[in-house]
Amino acid sequence: MPTSLIEGNSLLAVDIGAITTRAAYFDVVEGQYRFIGMGQCPTTNFGAGRNVVLGLQLAVDNLQNLIGKSLLDDKGQLIIPTQPDGSGVDGMVSTLSVGKPIRTLLMGLLPEISLKSVEKLAHTTYTRIVAEIGQNDTRSLDEQINDLVQHHPELALVAGGVDGGAVSSIKTLVDTLGLAAYLLPEDKRPAILYAGNKELAGSVRASLGQLASEITFAANVRPTLELEDLGPAQRALADLTIHLRQRQMPEIEELRILSGGLIFPSAYGQGRMVRFLARYYGENNSVLSVDAGAGALTLAASFAGDLHLNVFPQFGLGESLSGLLKHTSLEEIVRWLPLEISAESVRNYLYQKALYPQAIPASLEDLAIEQAIVRQNLFLAAQFLGQRLPGRLRGRDGLLPSFEPILASGAALTGAPSLGQKLLMLLDGLQPTGITTLVLDQNNLLAMLGAAAEVNSLLPVQVMDAGALTYLATVVAPISSASYGTPILRVKLLRQDGSEMSEEVCQGELQILPLENGQSARLELRPLHRADVGLGAGRAGALDVIGSSLGVVIDARGRPLHLPENSAERIKLLKKWYKTVGG
Amino acid sequence: MLAPLIHILPLTTLLRTRLLPEEGRLLVNVGQKVNPTDIVAEAVVGKKHLVVDLAQKLGVSQSQVARLLKVKKGQQVSKDEVLAESPGLFGREATSPMDGLVVAIGSGKIVLETGGAIFELAAGLPGVVVQLIGTRGVVIRATGAIIQGLWGNGRLDFGQLHSLMDAPDEVLDPGRIEVSLRGSILLGGHVESPKVFHNAAELPVRGLLIASLAPALLPLALQAAYPVVVLEGFGRRPINSSTYKLLSTNVKREISLNAEFADRQKDLHPEAFIPLPVSQEPPGPSQADTFTAGQMVRVISLSKPARLGTLTRLCGISTLPSGIIASAAEVRLESGEEILTPLTNLEVLG
Repeated sequence: MPTSLIEGNSLLAVDIGAITTRAAYFDVVEGQYRFIGMGQCPTTNFGAGRNVVLGLQLAVDNLQNLIGKSLLDDKGQLIIPTQPDGSGVDGMVSTLSVGKPIRTLLMGLLPEISLKSVEKLAHTTYTRIVAEIGQNDTRSLDEQINDLVQHHPELALVAGGVDGGAVSSIKTLVDTLGLAAYLLPEDKRPAILYAGNKELAGSVRASLGQLASEITFAANVRPTLELEDLGPAQRALADLTIHLRQRQMPEIEELRILSGGLIFPSAYGQGRMVRFLARYYGENNSVLSVDAGAGALTLAASFAGDLHLNVFPQFGLGESLSGLLKHTSLEEIVRWLPLEISAESVRNYLYQKALYPQAIPASLEDLAIEQAIVRQNLFLAAQFLGQRLPGRLRGRDGLLPSFEPILASGAALTGAPSLGQKLLMLLDGLQPTGITTLVLDQNNLLAMLGAAAEVNSLLPVQVMDAGALTYLATVVAPISSASYGTPILRVKLLRQDGSEMSEEVCQGELQILPLENGQSARLELRPLHRADVGLGAGRAGALDVIGSSLGVVIDARGRPLHLPENSAERIKLLKKWYKTVGG
Repeated sequence: MLAPLIHILPLTTLLRTRLLPEEGRLLVNVGQKVNPTDIVAEAVVGKKHLVVDLAQKLGVSQSQVARLLKVKKGQQVSKDEVLAESPGLFGREATSPMDGLVVAIGSGKIVLETGGAIFELAAGLPGVVVQLIGTRGVVIRATGAIIQGLWGNGRLDFGQLHSLMDAPDEVLDPGRIEVSLRGSILLGGHVESPKVFHNAAELPVRGLLIASLAPALLPLALQAAYPVVVLEGFGRRPINSSTYKLLSTNVKREISLNAEFADRQKDLHPEAFIPLPVSQEPPGPSQADTFTAGQMVRVISLSKPARLGTLTRLCGISTLPSGIIASAAEVRLESGEEILTPLTNLEVLG
């Protein structure tokens, strides 16, 4: 039987990804929660007679061997709670990203108001929008119905009307959805989340309750015309996502029971943790987390606790790669290659990797292609994020706004052979601006900690404080319109041991100021030619920095980053940057 | 670690589920012998819906419509048939705009289901029906050789296998698809010319079983009216030696080509099946396995052709040539070369 997670108890957190299943164990050591260890194995959602619970058992088995503590009984069942002999664990939480994107219908009234809000809502989880119906839809009722029946969405997100506002238009939409659902076979009827005018909730339940595979209600995403509030609907959608996954993978019920209901989409856990970190790092902090997964690429940005969660299944590094060229061109990917590899080879790679999403780049050529794809996918996702943010939060010229810190997870990023490769993928893909710290979530803990935070607010704080994340580098990325080669920044690094170094950085350069692990220093920044290091055009400043294997990185290569058209010159430059960061 | 399996077997007993895209009618019984072209189930697919606003046509309120109806739910109606009429000297009629089935009535409207086509589900392989699945499909048991591929265009057919290959790494010359091959299933190498699909359609052929495909030709392969199964993937890749040998030795035999859309989660693979007579049913393919030394494996490379070999040693966590650290194994390739490869890049042949 699951137990409630009270502070002081040990916790098993599991994450079932599209490719990898991870099991992490947390316990109290010397009065503080610590991350003790992680077991992992390939997700077992493939092959005859297999299900994801089997992979979980294998991951927990690996974990118990690693930490030297029995977690499974003789029958392979998880021991909950901890037994007098020390075996077992007190509680469990789960996150999931395994599964195909959920076919989703958006329904709302006005395109720029409620429809836009349900679209944003859909992007907070693993969805693929297959149909959209709004008040201004010019199609006949027949056409709308046939569209819905043909696409038979698994999920319908319905909103519209401000609280207390008019109801007739939204009633018409609900009737259309009800008729389409009625015409579908029972096993193909959608689950429905209604987050519109709250006065209509009762009527919506009466109209659709018997016609939906499941219906759930959340507070209006647009309680007034000026206000958008996705929070409650996002939480309801997270639960609905898990229910839909359970329809695809019935064995998830077992996980739900073991987790005492604490089971969430991984992106939801990630978002929750990022919002928490934004508050944790300071009131005005903006935090970005990027998870480059096989099933989806997820960007979670939080500005003073206000979360903007974006899941991009189309930029996942697995099966969706066969569709990547709908969103970008081969040339855009090839530009990131530090080796002479043909565009056709890259195209073949995309399609072959879609067939074998679990395959790891075993050769240097495969690795170069994979990392080029990661860069481009990060770049595309960052652009979408930039466009989807409210105007007041957007960066300049389509660039990302300044974040501090940026956290990175996903095996393609954290499993790269060198720190330099991890750094360059993040810098090239996200193209951060100003002053930021890059942090690696080496064990992909963020989503799991976000899930754990639902019941134990102490655990994530203490685990983070204990150094569960790996500090990669402090990065200063000035924005300047100066021409290539013009000095744009003078930097001085005053180390704690009294040594110092000064550099003049030119537009187009990537420089490393060595500062070893464990050392700290004062970094003085004096922009030239009105370059902006995030403090305002031409404004100087200083900050305390800590060391890492990569030291302090000054990325003055330009924002946006332009690469030479000529492939030989481009490859030479990319190789030079690789060399700068240690290969 | 659990090992993914790929079936390349000269003789086995298979169970294959054949499903309609939606509910329909089964035409066979358990125990019945079926041939590949036998229709085992059928359903009407692609139906459209037409909403007739009776309240508007009659000029009455929605609540008044129910008592004016002349048809019931479930009733078949013909074009111009009266659906409802209002009484009185100036009463109006609402007629059906086309033939259809009344599937819903409410809110002053009537919904007709119209059109659609009969979808016939063929057995796809010769065997015995061993299970009926509601009104959706059947399970068929068959014996023969099986070769699983990586990509299919969703179609299925049966015919005589003809080889257009002299070596496993050839490019298929569209000029070799000539009239004597009409109605055949063709075995070919890498396809990089759209003419292959045009010529195959013109004959027509019953299917294409090819080593690999240029990704730019995927739309053509998807549109082909005959099944297309890609064995090794995208970009020029030779057929592996086991598959080549098995197919080459079965040329001129009848072959069932099921170009099913691959789906890892549902364990669906496009495949070629060669029915073979047996006196005693051979065992079925392995269903689950873990990696162990001695297994025949296919080593997947993303930008190079896959290679076959024998797993000689599990090495635990190792550094790969790319620099990535992962669970790995040593494999002795057919050429004798020994390589280190991540377990994630291996498939067990069985």
